[in-house]
Amino acid sequence: MLTTLPFKIIFTLAWRNLWRNHRRTLIMLAAITVGVWAMIFMTALMRGMVDDMLDNGIRNLPGEVQINHPQYRDDPNINNSITMPDSQLRQALQNSNISAWTSRVRVPAVISSERDNRGVTLIGINPANEARIGFDPGSIIEGRFLGDANDNGLIIGAKMLERLETRLGKRVVIMSQDPDNNIAERGFRVIGIYKAKLASLEENTVYAGIETLQKLLKLDDKISQIAITGDNYRHIKSWYEPLRIAAGDNLQVLPWYETDTYLGSMLAMMDGFVLVWIIVIFLTLSFGLVNTLVMAVFERIREIGLMQALGMRPSMILYQILTESFLLLVIGLILGNALAVISIIPLQDGIDISSVAKGMEMMGTSSILYPALKLNDMLLASIIVIFLGLLTSILPAWHAASFDPVEALGKD
Amino acid sequence: MNITLQMAWRNLWRHKRRTWLTVGAMIFSNLLLVFMISLQFGSYRMMIDNTLKSYTGHLQIQRMGYNDNPKIRNSFTDIIPLANTLRKRLSNNKVAARGVAFAMISSKQRTYGLQIIGVEPAFEPAVSTLPGLLTSGRYFNDIDAEEIIIGRVLARNLRVNIGDELTLLGAGRDGSIAAGVVSVTGIFDSGINDIDRLMAQLPLGYFQSLFNMNGQGHNIVINAEELTQVTLLKNTVSKILPHELQASESQRGKPNANEQQLVILDWNQLQPGLKQAIQADMISAWFMYGVLIILVAFSVLNTQLMSVLERTREFGTMMALGVKPGRLGTLVISETFLMSSLGLIFGAALGAALSYYLSFVGFSYPGMEEMAGRFNLPDRMYPSLSWLSIFLGPGIVFFCSLLASAYPALRLFFLQPVSAMKAV
Repeated sequence: MLTTLPFKIIFTLAWRNLWRNHRRTLIMLAAITVGVWAMIFMTALMRGMVDDMLDNGIRNLPGEVQINHPQYRDDPNINNSITMPDSQLRQALQNSNISAWTSRVRVPAVISSERDNRGVTLIGINPANEARIGFDPGSIIEGRFLGDANDNGLIIGAKMLERLETRLGKRVVIMSQDPDNNIAERGFRVIGIYKAKLASLEENTVYAGIETLQKLLKLDDKISQIAITGDNYRHIKSWYEPLRIAAGDNLQVLPWYETDTYLGSMLAMMDGFVLVWIIVIFLTLSFGLVNTLVMAVFERIREIGLMQALGMRPSMILYQILTESFLLLVIGLILGNALAVISIIPLQDGIDISSVAKGMEMMGTSSILYPALKLNDMLLASIIVIFLGLLTSILPAWHAASFDPVEALGKD
Repeated sequence: MNITLQMAWRNLWRHKRRTWLTVGAMIFSNLLLVFMISLQFGSYRMMIDNTLKSYTGHLQIQRMGYNDNPKIRNSFTDIIPLANTLRKRLSNNKVAARGVAFAMISSKQRTYGLQIIGVEPAFEPAVSTLPGLLTSGRYFNDIDAEEIIIGRVLARNLRVNIGDELTLLGAGRDGSIAAGVVSVTGIFDSGINDIDRLMAQLPLGYFQSLFNMNGQGHNIVINAEELTQVTLLKNTVSKILPHELQASESQRGKPNANEQQLVILDWNQLQPGLKQAIQADMISAWFMYGVLIILVAFSVLNTQLMSVLERTREFGTMMALGVKPGRLGTLVISETFLMSSLGLIFGAALGAALSYYLSFVGFSYPGMEEMAGRFNLPDRMYPSLSWLSIFLGPGIVFFCSLLASAYPALRLFFLQPVSAMKAV
């Protein structure tokens, strides 16, 4: 009669056995809960950091994909400019997965006020398109954004303003080089001041209207680069390939992870870190889990012997112990996940880490950390814990199932 | 006490498997902790050393306010004599004066704006690694030579080579135009793109005449033999530096344009990002270590609680025979003590062995190269072993395990011998 038990009875037996020694079960549950919470909480913080790093990084490139002159990256000079996209490339840029693209002029220049001068990266932009992909008009703290591509104003960083000892509305002189190697210079009025998430940007990047710069640098309608975004840095394959083909061999089309290999490797490393972290925590937990099961089996040797003597199959005993372990893991996971969600909700508005801001900037993150709780990470942690947990439980369960009934009954 | 320890030792081996599983959890986490902490110590040290050696140095003497506002006019007089005095008084050759300016640099084809550093040819190699990184040409040998050393990327972008001439154009200290022609004598490759593109060096004497510095300069770099001696060196330098030149505490932050007051800044004030990056890394690392330690403590708590509960009858009998609860508590603590000692010894030994091995062959993981470059680290990391890095983590695990067994031990004080003896 007891040879094969319906699942429901195994479940009931396992559930009741679990609470026979409630202290032990509660301690183990607490350990699993803390472990799972730590897995998810830490992962959310790290993900938040890397997301921020990638968002900042890609906004600064800008775009997930850039089209440049093949020599431009090595030598960002005015002579390595490209023409506006031809009809074939324009068609590829119509791809429905591409949400915005913009063309830019980007050259090294020198900026001078009456008091001081600095080397800068001078960027000519199409204000309307740029706002959707690179420079964020919301970061302007004083003055206004460029009106159109012909605007004669200049946008500079707050840090730069301080260095140059100039003010909003004052004139500064920009000096650069035209394609014939002549010095090209003109005065610009500072019309806007921006504050970047990363302070180093503020010190070395200034923005002007693209057509104004094309005139100044005698570029006609040539540009330095085209930046393209699909608003999702993980999925660019669908539009990156066709773009590369349409651009031909005379243009270099690069995805963000090749333009900035640091960013690319951070994403890969983050995925690796999450896995290693989950497994390390699990291994630490697994000693306790096996221990708990070993103890549970040990104090029930006689009982198990009796059940076997009554005709219960060893496999049923195995299932029963595994079910106990499964229940323990599932309850621990539910509590751990819930705790993680509860502890992250109050942190949604960001954690202020400005006390180490300069250090975080070396990594490319801003001074407020937004935890990113992802369903995928919660699932990954849960699946690893259940799977490996059951795997490690097989040993004590198998041990219990292989008792000799006569010997087991004889134990005291 | 002797007999208590003996009983505790025997009690441990009544449940071999349980004891080993608990000790196993300790060994595993101790091994990880020793490895991680050694690796952290090793990489922090390297990060500081590499960053400071490339340019910043351990200490800098600057005019007050220069660090926040590095302008050419914030310079101070007689920089070379002052550096000479310091060298003599410190009997330390790792002292070098520098000037810093901004200029446009042009070859026949190209023009770029960049930072120009004036250096003392005889002493700069003692404070910075850059002169040793020349891939072609030579370093300066005359302080007044009209020569320049530039980075690999800049040389490529300017399309120049050794012996080619470059034109410099900038503003002097007094706002006058500074223009000169120099020949390229050396090209360095620091491996850091920004330095290789945005920095060039001139001999200090020529720098001073080009930028109309009138014998002035912007900072004196002083290096200690070891990072640990920096504070001491800072005090010594402060005693040597003429008192009337130094800014007093109350003057800090209120630069006075008329008088020149000098400050001595250490690497931490010069590169605040460095220490903060280390702090940020420390915080996240200790969160992780904390979780590991708590999980081990739970494991110990569980084992010890079970071992006390299953011995209720035994303990009841012992108490009935006159054993004081305090002694039983000591017994339980002794058991944990022995167990934790095993974990400590094996864990620390294994962790030290692993770290020792890796301190020779190095350690790397995919993606590390790109990340390491950002923090001036080489592409392999070498753990640095010390007594602290070996025993810090395991010591905390040991302590927390003892703490975790306090609850089971304290329970014994509430044990009633009669009911305990009847317990199943």
